[in-house]
Amino acid sequence: MDIGTIVAGILTLCILSFLYRDNPIYKMAETLLIGVSIGYTLVIVWSTTLVDILFEPLFSESKLALIIPFVLGLLMFSRFHRRTASLSKIPIAVLIGSGAGVAIPVMLEARTLKQMSATVMPLISGSGWPDISALVVMVGVVCTLTYFYFSREHKGVLGKSARLGTYFLMIFFGTTFGFTVMSRMSTFIGRMEFLLTDFLRIIK
Amino acid sequence: MDRKLALGICFIFGVIMFAQYFSQHPMARAVNQAVLEYWQIIFAFTLLVGVASFMKSSFRKMRKPSDRPYQILGLLGLISMPVLALVWGIKAGTPFMWMFENVQAPMQATVFSLLAFFVASASFRGFRARSLQAAILLGAASIILLSRSSLGGIVSDYLPPVAEWIRNNPSMAARRAILIGIGLGSLTTSLRVILGIERTWLGGSQR
Repeated sequence: MDIGTIVAGILTLCILSFLYRDNPIYKMAETLLIGVSIGYTLVIVWSTTLVDILFEPLFSESKLALIIPFVLGLLMFSRFHRRTASLSKIPIAVLIGSGAGVAIPVMLEARTLKQMSATVMPLISGSGWPDISALVVMVGVVCTLTYFYFSREHKGVLGKSARLGTYFLMIFFGTTFGFTVMSRMSTFIGRMEFLLTDFLRIIK
Repeated sequence: MDRKLALGICFIFGVIMFAQYFSQHPMARAVNQAVLEYWQIIFAFTLLVGVASFMKSSFRKMRKPSDRPYQILGLLGLISMPVLALVWGIKAGTPFMWMFENVQAPMQATVFSLLAFFVASASFRGFRARSLQAAILLGAASIILLSRSSLGGIVSDYLPPVAEWIRNNPSMAARRAILIGIGLGSLTTSLRVILGIERTWLGGSQR
């Protein structure tokens, strides 16, 4: 058995010890995971973003325009001193402003218009019979949207529509729950398979 | 003054990025590319600030003797990854990737798998068909769970197609309505941010 499997097996058991109760072994594994994850992200961001997009072009290819984001990035560190903290609002403003500007058309297109166009489908099939699935989708979208409409009291037709919307929402939550449980369960089975086959070698 | 400057910068960058979407002119494309690069670089620096902040908080927590071993272990994990990357690189087969494959990935997967137990215990306590809505939730979840397990085919041959229909139609309808809501909400929030109505990101008071 190689050392990597032994380390991975011991650490897996340390994390699983939480099923008994919160204990020092689990806490140690948890803080190690946090530290290693941050370190990994740091290295990946440093090499793929800061080196590839900033330092290489700026210092090797002399793309001087990159001094602007470099200085803006360095301004983020001004947060650590009370006197200079307000300077960090400048790079944050660039991030927030450009993000908001990009989000408007993207959200309108991907989240709203595409979803609407996918909902508005022919309700009568080629054979002349109503397309039940298309009808369910259209009624479901309209009723669920009325549930989220808070400008008028949910009474009368609006109230009934909103109530029907909650049933659709419950179906959505139920299916999402089912898929989440199954995905977590398959991850757990994977970990158990590793423990019993590769680490403990109980199953051959 | 600094708040007004930040609001002005936010407005300018917001308008530029919004306007460039409607232009195919090479200059607009170049501006878009440049701002996206700026965005990535500044975002990377925010991560560095986050790391520095994590280290600062870990050192502060170390003053408490009972927390010291955990904080030391966390810092060791954090420092070891850049050191390994610096000495041996980050290609496949290096100690950096060994740490990722044998320390980070197994622990991360196990933490995710732990959620199966908590979700199951929470659903055991919470899933009671007290009302019609609760019964629908329970029914939909049960159908999906049964159809995705080996029991699905044993219970009924109709179960997997029924589960697929529920997923693709009524469930999809609610999902679409939620996505439309998210889209409209993001759009209005973005507009409020660009126009300076929404100022919570500046911190402090709303003035």
